[in-house]
Amino acid sequence: MATGRPGKPLASVAAPPRPAAAGVPVSRWSRAATVTTAAAGAALVLLAAAPYLVGAGVTQPLVTLFLLVSMAVLWNLLAGYAGMLSFGQQAYLGIGAYAVYLVSKGGVSPFAAIGGGAVACAVAAVPIFALLRRLTGGYFAVATWVIAECLFLYVTNQQWIGGATGVGLQQLSSMSPVLRQAYTYWAALVVMAVCVAGVYLLVRSRFGLDSRAVHDEPAAAAAMGVEVGRTRWIGYVLAAAGAGAVGGVLIVSTLYTDPGTVFSVNYSADMLFMVVIGGLGTMEGPVIGAVIFFAVQQEFASYGAWYLVAIGAVAVTVVLTAPGGLWGLAARRGWSLLPVGYTVLPGAASRPPEPPVLARGDDPPEPPDAPGRVPSSRGQGAPPATRGGTDATRGGTDE
Amino acid sequence: MTWVNDVLQGIFLGGAYALTAVGLSLMFGVMRLVNLAHGDLAVCGTYLVTTVMAALGVPLWAALLVMLPLAFCAGALLQLLLFDRALRAGPVAPLLVTFGLSVMIENLLQQVYSANTRGVPAGSLDVAALHAGGLVVPWLSALKLILALVVIGGLSALLRLTAWGRRVRATSDDVAVARLQGIRVRPLFASVTGIALGAAALAGTLNSVTTGVDPALGALTLIFAFEAVIIGGLGSLWGTLLGGMLLGVTQVVVAQVSVPYATLASQLLFLAVLAVRPTGLLGAAQAG
Repeated sequence: MATGRPGKPLASVAAPPRPAAAGVPVSRWSRAATVTTAAAGAALVLLAAAPYLVGAGVTQPLVTLFLLVSMAVLWNLLAGYAGMLSFGQQAYLGIGAYAVYLVSKGGVSPFAAIGGGAVACAVAAVPIFALLRRLTGGYFAVATWVIAECLFLYVTNQQWIGGATGVGLQQLSSMSPVLRQAYTYWAALVVMAVCVAGVYLLVRSRFGLDSRAVHDEPAAAAAMGVEVGRTRWIGYVLAAAGAGAVGGVLIVSTLYTDPGTVFSVNYSADMLFMVVIGGLGTMEGPVIGAVIFFAVQQEFASYGAWYLVAIGAVAVTVVLTAPGGLWGLAARRGWSLLPVGYTVLPGAASRPPEPPVLARGDDPPEPPDAPGRVPSSRGQGAPPATRGGTDATRGGTDE
Repeated sequence: MTWVNDVLQGIFLGGAYALTAVGLSLMFGVMRLVNLAHGDLAVCGTYLVTTVMAALGVPLWAALLVMLPLAFCAGALLQLLLFDRALRAGPVAPLLVTFGLSVMIENLLQQVYSANTRGVPAGSLDVAALHAGGLVVPWLSALKLILALVVIGGLSALLRLTAWGRRVRATSDDVAVARLQGIRVRPLFASVTGIALGAAALAGTLNSVTTGVDPALGALTLIFAFEAVIIGGLGSLWGTLLGGMLLGVTQVVVAQVSVPYATLASQLLFLAVLAVRPTGLLGAAQAG
């Protein structure tokens, strides 16, 4: 199938080897980003104080919101950046939840065991990825789903971990409900903060460049020297670890888990809806999508599953009419709260393009850490200088 | 003799899987479209049949005759309104759209018909069987196997012998060139999806005669259909039949040893095929 068609909304990497260090000044930050991170920091402090200020009536739904944001950001890391559409992340929610149950049975605090859930998932993801390594597209999506289904069938038949009826987290029932709720809330807040900040830093790093290149056109990325397999591996294992932590918070907040719920493909549906509506392959989109999903769920869940039908319809419409999601519409107008790319600074755009480095004997050699790849500054209102290179890579990549 | 009978029952079950999967295989092969809503659309057809039976008081076969043209039209409309656009919107869009559609259908059915299991009354068909020596031939299972053979054989003949089949094969090879040759691709794809949906709805209905139908059935239906397609090999209808048979035989034979692990065994068979030979047993040399 064609990948990298023109008009594809997601990131792409400019091909011409125009080293950022050799004369073109680039910016990786913006004033909006300073405001955003400052506001996020302030919000984090305020949210951290919430258990002292408001009751469980507020913190309990917030736990749900934090988990939704974490799941959306993680799923976007997989599908939006690393180009792996997975309908099986519920496998790691389950592994995380059961790992927390087993570790805390050994006497460890369930809150500390959430970290254990993440580690267990990272470990489990390694052999699972070895199986999925060669698959792409629909094969990958359904294979991940089948793996989650296998785990569901396996756990259902294992009486030592509760079988189909599931397991309760006894350790926390002696704790005072107020304290337990507060700790659960903080755990969810920490997981969300780590997921959002972690994915953001990751996407800004070399991995971010590599993963967007792999997402757009694996063959071209490999030809440019990107280690495709390793990039996908990192994305998959980290997304699994994050999902494990989310699963850990799930069992801690409900004190109970059963295979039918935790391994349900509905989690994947929720992740897809949040990310697609917010904006696949953007940093801001999944957070916005999660907040919208949460608001709709809180408001309309009492009327039954109609809200899922409506959200599904919206998501399908978004895919077909505005593939960048809500944030994609904003980014088209040059908005960016959390920049991940490189923006060529104004003034540089009017200069004639630098000749290739190799043609100039007196130029200093490329620094080894910036191997001549300048990504497009997607969604940052970049001057046309960078856009030109972007389109040049798009021709002739069909089939 | 019990083992022989098990394999026989596995083949019957495989026929049911293949009948469910043939539409998915056709769409996958012709349009490279993985229709993740395939299972839920099959379940939709089943609900339509039960509704027609209840509303008009007609027997199963009559309700099926009402449902099949409707399923064909629904499939054609889906293709024209939704799938065509999804196919044009890049490689990821069809997966996102069909998965979203699948969730919508499941929840819609749950709201309209409740989450309870609903029976598909079929007179004496669901229990009637022929006993011969140690072998048991349940008429319903035999009917599903025969239908699978008829549908797959018929489609293969259509694809090979008719003008329609030539156009489908040409379009499957290269959409752009087919268009240049004057083939109108949109109605062609619509007819393919219509046939796929009709076969899926027929299979879904017959499969639900013994077990009943509930809105959540679509997910597993899709998974088994997808597995049959992949094990058999992309683009090969007879391969899908073989894939269904392997799944069915594995499931029934393992169930003799341990019932709880029967489904797990067929899933593992699929994963093993993916790991060793992602192109499937009868597939062409390249996999998506």
